[in-house]
Amino acid sequence: MTALKAIDKTTINIEKIRADFPILSRKVNGKPLIYFDNGATAQKPQQVIDRIDHYYSYENANIHRGVHTLSRDITIGYENARAAIQKHLNAANPCEIIFTKGTTDAINLVASSFSKRFISKGDEIIVSVMEHHSNILPWQQVCEEKEAVLKVIPINDAGELVLDEYNKLLNEKTKIIAIAHVSNTLGTINPIKEIISAAHARNIPVLVDGAQAVPHLKVDVQELDCDFYCFSGHKVFGPTGIGVLYGKEKWLNQIPPYQVGGGTIKTVSFEKTEYADIPLKFEAGTPDIAGTLGLATAIDYINEIGLDAITTYEHELLVYATEKLQKLQGVKILGTAKEKAGVLSFIVEGIHPFDIGTILDQMGIAVRTGHHCTQPLVAYYRVPGTVRVSFAFYNTFEEINVFIKGLEKAIIMLK
Amino acid sequence: MTIEETEQEIIDEFELFDDWMQKYEHLIELGKSLPIIDTKYKTDDKLIKGCQAQVWLHSELKDGKVIYTADSDAIITKGMVALMVRVLSNHTPDEIINAKLDFIDKIGLKQHLSPTRSNGLVSMIKQMKMDALAYKVKRE
Repeated sequence: MTALKAIDKTTINIEKIRADFPILSRKVNGKPLIYFDNGATAQKPQQVIDRIDHYYSYENANIHRGVHTLSRDITIGYENARAAIQKHLNAANPCEIIFTKGTTDAINLVASSFSKRFISKGDEIIVSVMEHHSNILPWQQVCEEKEAVLKVIPINDAGELVLDEYNKLLNEKTKIIAIAHVSNTLGTINPIKEIISAAHARNIPVLVDGAQAVPHLKVDVQELDCDFYCFSGHKVFGPTGIGVLYGKEKWLNQIPPYQVGGGTIKTVSFEKTEYADIPLKFEAGTPDIAGTLGLATAIDYINEIGLDAITTYEHELLVYATEKLQKLQGVKILGTAKEKAGVLSFIVEGIHPFDIGTILDQMGIAVRTGHHCTQPLVAYYRVPGTVRVSFAFYNTFEEINVFIKGLEKAIIMLK
Repeated sequence: MTIEETEQEIIDEFELFDDWMQKYEHLIELGKSLPIIDTKYKTDDKLIKGCQAQVWLHSELKDGKVIYTADSDAIITKGMVALMVRVLSNHTPDEIINAKLDFIDKIGLKQHLSPTRSNGLVSMIKQMKMDALAYKVKRE
């Protein structure tokens, strides 16, 4: 891993941050909770909880419908949340931000709508070996429906994409590339910019699954020049049930609505319906209003700490934990890419990951074990699964020490 | 010994432990001591797929009683499997079908029966009872 310069410890006020997250002070199985499952979902600061509470307590009304004050005010609140996401991703226009249920929903939206317009028999779609099932299955389904072909970018043993092979896969039949920004199992940060520019040289659009990137890295969609980018609210310290699809205006205008219904239209008659402009064309039904407000608050919260400080601090946690883990006998880290974020996956020789997770849980340490919804990737490494530790900025070096001690104990018990 | 008596025996056994570590250490020991299933039965049709840990279960009827052998790739799951085999094996199909199996709760390992699909245990218990039912139906 590339060594970053030591951070100015004052940029992250860990005590103050931890005090914002009520759950971090609870005990699990009689021990102080050590939450290392941030890749699955992140905890919520009081500010996000309060924002949702305030909406339901004092602001609840439907958006884009009523003429009354409550409806008008919350419509402004909802659109402000959209603008906050636009600003955070540096999208060119708020209409390029679509609220979805999450990353999975966003990918399904693009797979379904894009394929209706642009995929036909014999076309090719490219994904990679390290994709989450959510960035495989929607495309696999499209391929079945359209008799298209799914092509897969391989990885090397370090868990990095083999770009030469990727370049070989690109051809005139390739219609879209769907790729993770950061691997949820390995933590690899993929060279998205290179992937996008190679695709764009052939006018092929690229969808980036940013679910594991947005919590850890500054993402600038214009700089990346990606065509679609998606992430989930709950992984960036916001509520569950809300997510974001960024799409370039030119693409969103060209693809048909995904789900249709209230809110997506200009005029409806039984003869013909005229759909609304983006983004409303893609937001059928009453959206998760509370979710959007909570998400915008979570984004504000992250920005207050500062993503540069977060990235640097988490990198230090990752380097520290990696060094400690490497010293343990029988431990093998999966995913040793030069560029990594947030995630540390490992196996212990002769011990099932499930057993390690079970023992750590007894010690109040929450890790994820299993295939992490990346079965093709886990199959590539020929393991039954891994133990995954995934960090957030509220984790501490001391927690890593406790975890390492706990792991040593677990290994002794299970050997 | 009846199923209930074996359950009580296990409850008494687990009551000796002061903390979770001893309890799990015992469970791990039980897992290690579970007679190894004949490899010819470790086939896909004997496999009960959990999301993480896998369980293999084989049963046969001998003198009107169901004999179970089982295995798992995770040792804690295997310990739980050993307990289930100890409780249910060598009983008649009727006894097995009617077994309540509330000892798991009483020994404080109920979380292993939560519907997380993470281990194959819930499915295994179901399969043990299904096998017993199949033998009962065949006999009648």
